[in-house]
Amino acid sequence: MLIYLPIAEVAVNALLLLGLGAVVGVLSGLFGVGGGFLITPLLFFIGIPPGVAVATGSNQVVASSVSGVLAHLKRKAVDIPMGLVLLAGGVAGAGAGIIAFNLLQAMGQIDLVVQLSYVVFLGFVGLLMAQEGLRAWHRSRRPGGPRVKRHQHHWVHNLPLKMKFRASGLYISVIPPVLVGFVVGVLAAIMGVGGGFIMVPAMIYILGMPTKVVIGTSLFQVIFVSAFTTLAHAITNQSVDVVLAFLLIIGGVIGAQVGTRLSGRLKAEELRLLLAALVLAVAAKLALDLLLTPGELFSLYPGGGG
Amino acid sequence: MIRLLALLLLAALPASAETVVAGQSLDEIGITARFDGSEVLIYGAVRRDAPEPEGPPLEVIVTLEGPSGAVTIRKKTREAGIWINTEQVGVAATPSYYAVASTGPLADILDPAEDVRQRISVPLAVRAFSGPLEVDDARPFTEALLRIREAEGLYSLSEGTVRLVEGTLFRADFRLPANLVEGTYKTRIFLLRGGKVIDAYRAALPVRKVGIERILFALSRQNPLAYGLLSLVLAVTAGWAASAAFRFLRS
Repeated sequence: MLIYLPIAEVAVNALLLLGLGAVVGVLSGLFGVGGGFLITPLLFFIGIPPGVAVATGSNQVVASSVSGVLAHLKRKAVDIPMGLVLLAGGVAGAGAGIIAFNLLQAMGQIDLVVQLSYVVFLGFVGLLMAQEGLRAWHRSRRPGGPRVKRHQHHWVHNLPLKMKFRASGLYISVIPPVLVGFVVGVLAAIMGVGGGFIMVPAMIYILGMPTKVVIGTSLFQVIFVSAFTTLAHAITNQSVDVVLAFLLIIGGVIGAQVGTRLSGRLKAEELRLLLAALVLAVAAKLALDLLLTPGELFSLYPGGGG
Repeated sequence: MIRLLALLLLAALPASAETVVAGQSLDEIGITARFDGSEVLIYGAVRRDAPEPEGPPLEVIVTLEGPSGAVTIRKKTREAGIWINTEQVGVAATPSYYAVASTGPLADILDPAEDVRQRISVPLAVRAFSGPLEVDDARPFTEALLRIREAEGLYSLSEGTVRLVEGTLFRADFRLPANLVEGTYKTRIFLLRGGKVIDAYRAALPVRKVGIERILFALSRQNPLAYGLLSLVLAVTAGWAASAAFRFLRS
């Protein structure tokens, strides 16, 4: 069933898009990831123009984050002051990211930068997850083994502008969270991701936040940064495709429910390894596209000059 | 069928020379959500007063041209191991779609000078050689433009696909791909003898998005803020509904 996407101006199989949304939804339900970092490159592979894929990916992230944050709010697992500080940095970062995005698009380098960012971040995150997954898998095979106590970085305690974050039980400077938010905001605008996969480790290892509030607070920040990014893309480069987003979201919300239900029944360690393999495969495919001699050296871009 | 009969009647009417009368199967193409390309049939007849003249046979060329737009052609080169866009050539105006159908090979039926005058063959119609040149030799870039658009089915030459019946009736079929650009498409029909154009006919074929496609596209361009907010409302509603539905299923 082909459907013509009004902004992307291509005809794509609607069932393929629903399926894509569902698969990523299952993963997001299983692992609590937003899924933007998988949806956007998968959209590249099926021939959606990268600009549209990134902008529409942001829109999809809003839906999956709203869906996720409600459950965390109920459990009071959201540190709202911390979320707002991260958000302030995030909006500034997203603004800078949008400017960079439009500049790169005019220079004809946006595809390259988006692909490179994906290769670097997916490769990095995939390796981290694989390592973490392998360790957990070994632990599950040898129960009773020594648990590794994580080292906490305390240099953040020496910066000025300290603020109290009750839910996290922290009294730290606002500078590190603003910076973390900023970096995530830039990534959100350029890569069309929520950035949870970068922010969650940063919150645990750099800010020292307790794990129980990390996911909810990250989702809270991601909703607003992605909403800002979606609006900014819609206004500055008109590349949000609402029909494409709608199909992905429908597939995604159904998939997320399936994923959440499955997560109780399946072995998390093995699934984590599978997800790591998937993430690494996507990174490898993107890397190959950059490294191998392309079949066609030339490419066409609508609009003159630039 | 009635139209065809009318054309036949017209063909029988006296006129001063060989002229072309024609029509097309569609007056307008609407791009809907289900749009996956379209077939266009362009048909016509030759009207003449005297018996068919002696000499070279009558040939017909039909062209269909999409709206023009600027295009930037970029070339990748290998820098530090990865392929990067490094050189570019901007073309000010080139048709988004161009198809030629003819009764025979263009080399045999069309005089090159006539081709230049009327811009009939694909490279000439595409006029890919205008605009400021940022590189020494733009030829590989314009060749790439033709090659890529041909591969996408946007530029095509189909020689021998126009059938001329009894030296009078002809039809040409065009298959328009799904990735069409909106705008006014132009149909041209040329009658030729001995490589010279003896009559030409032009008509317009509007292609536009219709229904929800049109509304969304127009909104995204004319009121991007409202469009962006609409996308967000959709996303938030879907996200909230999913969560609510999930809770309902669990309880």
